Amino acid sequence: MAVPSLTEKSTPPAAAAGADDPPILDVRGLWKVFGPRADRVVGTPLAQLSRAELKHRTGCVAAVRDVSFSVRRGEVFVVMGLSGSGKSTLVRCLTRLVEPTAGEVRLDGEDVLACGERRLRELRRHRFGMVFQHFGLLPHRRVLDNVAYGLEIRGTKKDGRYERAREVLELVGLAGFEGSYPDQLSGGMQQRVGLARALAVDPEVLFFDEPFSALDPLIRREMQNEVIRLHREVGKTMIFITHDLSEALKLGDRILIMRDGALVQMGTPDQVVGAPADDYVRDFVSDVPRSDVLTLSWVMRDARPGEPLDGPELAPDTVIRDAARTVLSAGRPVKVVSGGALLGVVTTAEILEVIAGPDPGNPDSPGGESR
Amino acid sequence: MTAVPTTPATATAGAAAPGSAGGRRRLRGRYLAVLILAAWVLLSVVLKGRDTLALGGAELTPLHTRLNEGMDAIDAGRNSNPLFLYFINYIRLFLDESVTFVQALISQPSFGRPVPVVGWLGVTGVATAVALLYGNRKVAALTAAGFAAFGLLGLWEESMDTLALTLTAVVLSLAVGIPLGIWAGLSDRVNRVVTPVLDVMQTMPTFVYLAPLTLFFLIGPASATVATMVYATPPVIRITAHGIREIPVNTLEASTSLGSTPAQALRKVRLPLAKRTIIVGANQTIMAALSMATIAALIDAPGLGKTVLKALQTLDVGTAFNAGLAIVIMAIVLDRVTSAAGRRVEAERRAGRARGPRARRIEVGLVLAAAAVLVYLSHVYVWAAKFPGEARLGSYVKQGAGAASEWVQDTLVTYTDALKNLVTYGLLNPFQSLLAGSPWWLVALVVVALALLLAGRRAAIIAGVSLVLLVLLGLWHDSMVTLATTLVATLIVMVLGVVAGVWMGRSGRVDQVLRPVLDAGQTMPAFVYLVPILGLFGATRFTAIIAAVAFAAPVSIKLVAEAVRGVSPTAVEAATAGGSSTWQLISKVQLPMARAGITLAASQGLIYVLSMVVIGGLVGAGALGYDVVAGFSQYPLRGKGLAAGLAIVVLGIMLDRIMRAAAQRAAARPASQ
Repeated sequence: MAVPSLTEKSTPPAAAAGADDPPILDVRGLWKVFGPRADRVVGTPLAQLSRAELKHRTGCVAAVRDVSFSVRRGEVFVVMGLSGSGKSTLVRCLTRLVEPTAGEVRLDGEDVLACGERRLRELRRHRFGMVFQHFGLLPHRRVLDNVAYGLEIRGTKKDGRYERAREVLELVGLAGFEGSYPDQLSGGMQQRVGLARALAVDPEVLFFDEPFSALDPLIRREMQNEVIRLHREVGKTMIFITHDLSEALKLGDRILIMRDGALVQMGTPDQVVGAPADDYVRDFVSDVPRSDVLTLSWVMRDARPGEPLDGPELAPDTVIRDAARTVLSAGRPVKVVSGGALLGVVTTAEILEVIAGPDPGNPDSPGGESR
Repeated sequence: MTAVPTTPATATAGAAAPGSAGGRRRLRGRYLAVLILAAWVLLSVVLKGRDTLALGGAELTPLHTRLNEGMDAIDAGRNSNPLFLYFINYIRLFLDESVTFVQALISQPSFGRPVPVVGWLGVTGVATAVALLYGNRKVAALTAAGFAAFGLLGLWEESMDTLALTLTAVVLSLAVGIPLGIWAGLSDRVNRVVTPVLDVMQTMPTFVYLAPLTLFFLIGPASATVATMVYATPPVIRITAHGIREIPVNTLEASTSLGSTPAQALRKVRLPLAKRTIIVGANQTIMAALSMATIAALIDAPGLGKTVLKALQTLDVGTAFNAGLAIVIMAIVLDRVTSAAGRRVEAERRAGRARGPRARRIEVGLVLAAAAVLVYLSHVYVWAAKFPGEARLGSYVKQGAGAASEWVQDTLVTYTDALKNLVTYGLLNPFQSLLAGSPWWLVALVVVALALLLAGRRAAIIAGVSLVLLVLLGLWHDSMVTLATTLVATLIVMVLGVVAGVWMGRSGRVDQVLRPVLDAGQTMPAFVYLVPILGLFGATRFTAIIAAVAFAAPVSIKLVAEAVRGVSPTAVEAATAGGSSTWQLISKVQLPMARAGITLAASQGLIYVLSMVVIGGLVGAGALGYDVVAGFSQYPLRGKGLAAGLAIVVLGIMLDRIMRAAAQRAAARPASQ
């Protein structure tokens, strides 16, 4: 894409996965309690109460309860939970659209919660971008002016902001619609405008608050692919809120699952599906086709003595479904190799076992902990 | 006697499931209320005529005399008191000058010329140009026709006087109201302070503050402007605040997340999005200002209102109708143009201007140039300055209306008399003798007891305090007479409201037919329909009741229709599927479920009726209304007039609070059928 400023700071996602880099966003012990005198809850015995009990005792609702995580540069970090689980509140706490009750949020080491009004505005204008579920477009402005809005309020001259807005509109595939008004566009196109508006200010971190849940399924899939493409092209750090597990698995480098305001599990998609932290998550992922998510490292076994080891080689992070054809046509064990070292082998039996589903008699089989 | 307006509520409450504790308590309350009323009727017969605190028309109490003296003192202080010298007198001067200036422009001979600066052609041209540029071609044509009609009716000068007063008041109201509304929209605290003040401004009958205003601003344009502003500013404040407040949260959030300052959010998000709503507020303000500007004729405001008032006093139906027609035309023109402007803003907001900025600039330039030419012509040539012709249309209208009214009076006299007698002897007289003929302490006791029973302790306390105030004001008897007419009028309003409202709520076609009629009834200044009613029924209490009903019924009908339409369609469908007849459906499902809305309709109807009390005084209702009117015109009675105005406010507050509390109770009850 001919959008230099977008790619300038980008880091290839592969490199970003290195866990040693300092995280771009670091969240520690974050709380958000709504209600009368909400500040008296955190750090007292009240904080131990369940949500319902807390509501009963104090009239307060703990929307986010002691959540900690860090997001790596260039990563797509998905926060998933059902409605009411506090995920939207959580993401709003990160940019202080909702003021957190307690905790710590650091952007590149800077304490976001300690920022004054002016500094916070600076962060929002230059480093954060956000895409909303209901778009939040300004109906009285043309698409071009909507996209240029963020630049306008930070004082960019007209020519500059229009030029930039046109670039971004092209990037999201809306070239030619600059003069339209939001109401004249379909839902999917409106969300592209929302996306372009967030991208226009060239932020470092992009927040998505259930951006596609108001769209119909086909458009949703198209937009998900669009996000994957954009991430590949511009390599922004993305924090993505969704209630849709398949969306989370499709987009996320890592997934944080929330329930009743608290963190239930955090991990890569295959960790969440392969090793659910509790019954809640297990129930959640029970419908997921495992072969689409689990990688070979979840099913490989040690080579038995005498087994032929001249078959094809695959990496341990290959998704089972992608490996299936190779394994099935190989006619002998396929080697799982990483950095030249043999980690194990996979045969037709292991592949079929995942596809057939778990064996109730053998709960230790890979992913066999469900139902 | 507050039981009467709540009849729908109590009637349905009686059908509540008797098994539940609440149901039993309600039933007991109802029996008690009936018992109290029965005891009252019995006692009133025994104690008839005792302690009624009646006060003759010219009699004064010490309080009234003291009020007179107080007002004299204010009069005397006008040129010495620093508050007047440095504050009020300047405001008065400013307002007087403003109105006079606009009058000099468009209505009165000025600057040594025998005609105003801009003649009829120029004014019509400018008005049409404005309508064309902000509205559309249709309303521009309507504007041109409307302004031409003022001339044809022979009322050009009067119309322009009214327009001058209205426009001045509107400009000042908007200048005050829009910023205040924005502030109230942004700040919860300001909103909490402003709302009750607006409540009082809007529920207080306008006539109540007309007379006191003249104390401070003297009779004339300044008082009229202030009165009009008091009446016309609340809508724009309220609606602007609402518009600023109702901006979708996620739009604002999106703007904040991009780092906009509060000022930027206001300028770039809230104001553009609220523009349409603010124009709706301006429209309401303009309509309110027009109706008040005509009523302000009572304190000698120039214009059409004065013509109507004079005609009313001489019972000249033709002339009054002619001027009334001009008022209606002006109301229609102003309403349609501002509505069209609002729609245009909305359409442009959603889809951009129909034409590019260049084409628009050319259009504006051409239209303004044409208007400027017309203004110049009307400044220079007499034919364009003074409306030509003999105003034939006006005399035809006068003759026609006069003849029609005579014919109607002659032909319908049997029916109208029958109706009048039925209401007067069947309802009004018994009511009045009960309220005004019983000892004051008995009435007060009954009202407080009923308020306690139907509306709770708070309402009972307010009722008690209000009744004591009425006694202290020295106008107990007059208050009770007024209360009797008010309640009868409200009863009629509610019968009409329920019948027509249910009909409208159930049938889309009836709604389509009735709604414009009701809209017209609501926007039309009250003076206008007084004339034919007065022609039909003469100057009696009944005329006052009919005028009040005509004023209040549209609101109640609309509210009832809204409530009936709001009944859950599933419930209606289920009842229909269960085999209910239409009557069963109405009486067992729709009315009970619309109970809260109907109570609201009753309470609003009552407030509207009450605000017509003074007009009623003009057409023969006597009592408080007459006291206020007499206070305007007779020097020794002005203290009493002021007290009567206060008594109306007290009555209004008392009834409003009782009704509201009763309505809240009705809404809180589960619909238990």
